[in-house]
Amino acid sequence: MKKEKGKELVAGLFSLLPIILAISIFLLLLTKAFPLLSLKSLPTILFSSAWQPQKGQFGLWPFILGTIWVTITAFILAAPLSILTAIYISDYASGRLKKWLVPVIDLLAGLPSVIYGMWGILLIVPLVGKYLAPLFGTYSSGYCILTAGIVLAVMILPTIVNVSVEVLSAVPADLKEAALALGATRLEVVRFIVLKKSRPGVAAACVLGLSRAFGETLAVMMVVGNVPLTPTSLFSPAYPLPALLANNYGEMLSIPGYEAALNLAAVVLLFMVIIFSLAARLYLNKLEQRID
Amino acid sequence: MGSRQKSTDRRLRRRHRAEAGFKLILLASIILVAIILSIILVTILWKSLPALKLSMILQTPGTGYYLGKKGGILNAIVGSLEVSLGATLIALVIALPTVIYLNTYLKRKSFLAEVIRLSLDVLWGIPSIVYGVFGFLLMLMLHLRASLLAGMITIALVELPILSRALDETIRLVPAELKEASYALGGNRWQTSTRVVLRQALPGLITSILIALGRGLGDGASVLFTAGYTDRITTSLFQPVATLPLAIFFQLNSPFPEVQERAFASAAILTLLILIISLLTRYFGRKLSRHKVR
Repeated sequence: MKKEKGKELVAGLFSLLPIILAISIFLLLLTKAFPLLSLKSLPTILFSSAWQPQKGQFGLWPFILGTIWVTITAFILAAPLSILTAIYISDYASGRLKKWLVPVIDLLAGLPSVIYGMWGILLIVPLVGKYLAPLFGTYSSGYCILTAGIVLAVMILPTIVNVSVEVLSAVPADLKEAALALGATRLEVVRFIVLKKSRPGVAAACVLGLSRAFGETLAVMMVVGNVPLTPTSLFSPAYPLPALLANNYGEMLSIPGYEAALNLAAVVLLFMVIIFSLAARLYLNKLEQRID
Repeated sequence: MGSRQKSTDRRLRRRHRAEAGFKLILLASIILVAIILSIILVTILWKSLPALKLSMILQTPGTGYYLGKKGGILNAIVGSLEVSLGATLIALVIALPTVIYLNTYLKRKSFLAEVIRLSLDVLWGIPSIVYGVFGFLLMLMLHLRASLLAGMITIALVELPILSRALDETIRLVPAELKEASYALGGNRWQTSTRVVLRQALPGLITSILIALGRGLGDGASVLFTAGYTDRITTSLFQPVATLPLAIFFQLNSPFPEVQERAFASAAILTLLILIISLLTRYFGRKLSRHKVR
């Protein structure tokens, strides 16, 4: 009996680790970013576009905008394709086709970021630089927001598809069958029953994909150009927050405030991601419980 | 009567046309996804062929390797395996008791269970680059250098929420009747969870571990500041360690075409490793569904 209690206690203590970890990540990053806030006010740092660490100017606005541009581009490209793919898998595909499709999507989900980045350099950069940019009458090196958006879209596609398939498959079969029995076509079943029932769930799946896109690092920094200027079009280079961190963190220069500025960038990124990720996740959890 | 019949006919035809059109759009999107994946795989394989020699996986970088001279990336292959296996072990040591505690000791709706699941959801959302930053700050606090140990810890942090989530889902699928049967035979909660629940969930357990391992193997952003890089094979926890994603990243930035080709070859090797893990995951996943108790 005593032994049993001891094991319970150990397991209980281990289960507190995720809580401690989550809190300590926020606290540590915030305390390390704090020194900069005593030098300048938060809004000046967030909304100033001047990034000149040597002169003590740490405006994060270009990086924040870069992150948003790239993410939104990826989202717009990925969401429709993912939803259509998910509908096909959940409501149209035969059992045998599903057996092929699901592993393919899973493999796509499992490929490392750096592989996508390499693929982007090999194919998407020339495609955008040589063909798409001239098509729109502008010049681009190919290392730009659109390229990063395309690469990122492919990367978040599996997340959105997998979660959407789960949501769509949860729609009760008898509802669909009833509609089919009344003479509805498959499209009508999807439109008026499946999507009507699962629209918030599919939206949550998309938001979850969006939150993944915010934090994606290597693949994006390999193709986005990394120029700390406010982006003006899809064909201009950008410098998202994760790339800023990846390129500059670790080699701390002895510039006052520089280290804190990078930590603040991490905090900003963390908050951007967590808000979306948590909102989507909590909604999906609730949905799951309703199904159980 | 006739005109009414005609309008119904027309409506029916329109509905069928819409159905056919939608099906076409769906097919187009699925084909596009398939094409994208094949293009990625084919590009990597095709580009890697010139440099894909046996020496790539059998040798460490020799002198002048980064100028295009002889050598391979054995250091990164071994390093990546060391880091990801160690990290998966650390993550498992934390995740397994957590998930057992969540599922057998706590009530589903209890406050503590909700808070633990919430923190796991928060951790799940944190990007790996932020884990890298956190790992680096932790490293400074513990007076560690960029090393295998630091890399392992950081990757373990990345893997922890993924592993916990997967484990939680598998263990939750274990039928309540099985647990009740164990309790009825006088088994206590610890015995029930380790000897009945875990055994029933074993294929799922392995699948979850493999998923986490795959993530650890491919994650480059989190080891960027914590694992360092070395041309030698790492033999101690406190030495820096090379990893495949960073090997690809660094070689790709080289101005020498020979070195760039080796980046492609390294990418093919990493992809192959991920593919093997993915296939193993499917194999155990199928096993899991075969043993389902109804």
